[in-house]
Amino acid sequence: MPFTWLVLILITIATVGFITGRNRALRSAGGDSRDLHSLPVYYGSNVAMWAIVPAAIVLIIWMLAQPFFVNSRVLGTLPDTMVSEGSSIGLVMSDVRRVADGLDTAVEQAAMTREEAASISTETSDVRELLGEVGVALGSNVSPEVLQGAQLYRALNATSSTIMTVVVLLIALGGAAYSYSRSNAQFRARNTVERGILALLIAAASVAILTTIGILFALLFNTIEFFKLYPAADFFFGTNWAPSFSGRGGASDLGVLPLLWGTFYISFIALLVAVPIGLFSAIYLSEYAGPKVRGIAKPLIEILAGIPTIVYGLFALLTVGPLLASMIGKDTLGWMQGGTAVMTAGLVMGIMLIPFVSSLSDDIINAVPQAMRDGSYGLGATKSETIRQVILPAALPGIVGAILLAASRAIGETMIVVLGAGAAARLSLNPFEAMTTITAKIVSQLTGDADFASPEALVAFALGMTLFVLTLGLNVFALYIVRKYREQYD
Amino acid sequence: MNDMRIMERKVDTKEVKIAAKDVQVYYGDNHAIKDVSVEIEDKTVTAFIGPSGCGKSTFLRCINRMNDTIDICRVTGDIMIDGEDIYNPKVDPVQLRAKVGMVFQKPNPFPKSIYDNVAYGPKIHGLAKNKADLDNIVENSLRRGAIWDEVKDRLHAPGTGLSGGQQQRLCIARAIATEPEVLLMDEPCSALDPIATAQVEELIDDLRKSYSVVIVTHSMQQAARVSQKTAFFHLGHLVEYGETTTIFTNPVDPRTESYITGRIG
Ligand SMILES: Nc1ncnc2c1ncn2[C@@H]1O[C@H](COP(=O)(O)OP(=O)(O)O)[C@@H](O)[C@H]1O
Ligand SMILES: [Mg+2]
Repeated sequence: MPFTWLVLILITIATVGFITGRNRALRSAGGDSRDLHSLPVYYGSNVAMWAIVPAAIVLIIWMLAQPFFVNSRVLGTLPDTMVSEGSSIGLVMSDVRRVADGLDTAVEQAAMTREEAASISTETSDVRELLGEVGVALGSNVSPEVLQGAQLYRALNATSSTIMTVVVLLIALGGAAYSYSRSNAQFRARNTVERGILALLIAAASVAILTTIGILFALLFNTIEFFKLYPAADFFFGTNWAPSFSGRGGASDLGVLPLLWGTFYISFIALLVAVPIGLFSAIYLSEYAGPKVRGIAKPLIEILAGIPTIVYGLFALLTVGPLLASMIGKDTLGWMQGGTAVMTAGLVMGIMLIPFVSSLSDDIINAVPQAMRDGSYGLGATKSETIRQVILPAALPGIVGAILLAASRAIGETMIVVLGAGAAARLSLNPFEAMTTITAKIVSQLTGDADFASPEALVAFALGMTLFVLTLGLNVFALYIVRKYREQYD
Repeated sequence: MNDMRIMERKVDTKEVKIAAKDVQVYYGDNHAIKDVSVEIEDKTVTAFIGPSGCGKSTFLRCINRMNDTIDICRVTGDIMIDGEDIYNPKVDPVQLRAKVGMVFQKPNPFPKSIYDNVAYGPKIHGLAKNKADLDNIVENSLRRGAIWDEVKDRLHAPGTGLSGGQQQRLCIARAIATEPEVLLMDEPCSALDPIATAQVEELIDDLRKSYSVVIVTHSMQQAARVSQKTAFFHLGHLVEYGETTTIFTNPVDPRTESYITGRIG
């Protein structure tokens, strides 16, 4: 039975359960809902919850476990010789799955019957040609072992799905019946539903947390893998970045320092642009602008934050780069060789960060109590004196926090660097030279055709880990400062 | 009874410091102050009393043009200090506020050191010739604010670390440091405990020697204790103005009497 049908039936059971459960509770109170412990809707929800939730949990676990189970059973039937002649066991299994998919397609298009698909053999017919006719192209002739594997694969999946459907429906019906039997006037349906909602919220939070932890571990294990193949000291202290991509052309130099330098240099220029502009515009908006101007200007600035970074990247590549090159490039001052440079990426990234700095600073400046301003004006200070000597010092920790958050965004930015700064890993002080950053190199290390087990590819994880530790540190520090500042005025 | 008359006569001889005539204040469409005319004397403590929302703070803030910092606020009528119209376009409100100091309801020391809090005004207005001069001004102001002995050993500790009463006296010292002629206080004791209140009241009485002090208070006992003149506001009107003793013992207007005896408020 198709999966959608199963879901629809589950929903139907829940709906029917909702209505009948609600009615039964009402009936038990003689039709007077005031005699019920809870509102009638809670009785209905309770039955619907019992019908759906346990069944859905079993369904999800079953669907996660089924592929593992089927794979291992099929693998068990494949002779060892098959595996040794090919390159890896994974390749053989993917052959099996392709053939199984092909048979599915053939049955769907009525090119063969279910029985034929289950009994077909390589001796009596040309499976490759048969599947080719229904649009499934195979790279080589199908060996008898693979075909048998595929047939077993299909059979196991079919059986498992049938059992799953039955089990899930039984659980749904059982849950509905159990809770239906408890729907009477004394039953505290409201409290049960409350607990159900709590469980739902906890589950959502756990998914978020567990995913984060999972990603961290994936990063960590792969980083350890990398350090087994490449010395950590060379990675952290190497001043040369020169991966050899074929994997055969000699050893690679994978020193992170040029990338770190590029990352910091570009971020530094970006902050040099974003901090003054963002801060000044925040001061203007929060202290000087009237409500009308603020109502228009604030959303406009915040639109900048909604522009996808790839668009900024294009802007860097097509507008800012050429503009800079024509202003101070070969024909005039000769400072810049091409359009891509640290300066290009830094300027554009700075523009990207302006709304970030300005809206955070705006919030922080607004959080400075009006009493501070009154106190200062009351002593005969002008607006700008008040801002410089009272408001900014009071808001400083928060603003520093905002800047650190902006810095961690700058460090993690990729597209602007890829398009604006070039791809050369270089340790240089000249801001008009092309350089590159950690993020940009992660992309280029993984988009090649390198083997995923080679140090050239695994280095991406070590780079990712470095980046993660950097931004995490910055974020924690920034949040610490922001929080400390908040306490001041409570 | 005789003593009383002598005191009254003394008060009568004082010159007028602030003269308001037909003052109206609007917050947008809300007419908050209606036809207020009053003459406030020099070297006197004048108390503004009245129920909440009757416009005491609003009128007080007209005297140093703090209302200019509120966009929707509009003031008409004349307010003269020493015979000079403070709403004359030639008058710089920023300059005016140095001359007319203000102390707020909630102590609001800046998040700076005690020293810098007091030195803030003199620095802005360039009142000190050099560092020693500034040190002098700070010390004198803190002494006049009756807080010098408590803070002299920790001038460079943050002002926000003081107790509420100390903070309020620091704010008074801060206001004094710019050498104002008038001191406006908007419920300066409402956030303080009784002991701190007593200290501040004593200080106010002391300040009367050199300044014209206007204090808003919702405590009638406080008005009776510290002020020589009292003005009673009700719904934006100045209902009655006169000697504090008269207002409290023998009010003319029935509304004043109701308020004094606790029937409206
Ligand atoms: N900043 C303001 N914006 C708008 N209306 C205000 C503002 N301040 C005071 N008001 C209004 O003016 C009236 C008088 O307020 P206020 O002077 O604060 O009274 P009081 O100090 O006597 O309690 C009130 O009706 C109040 O709502
Ligand atoms: Mg008030």
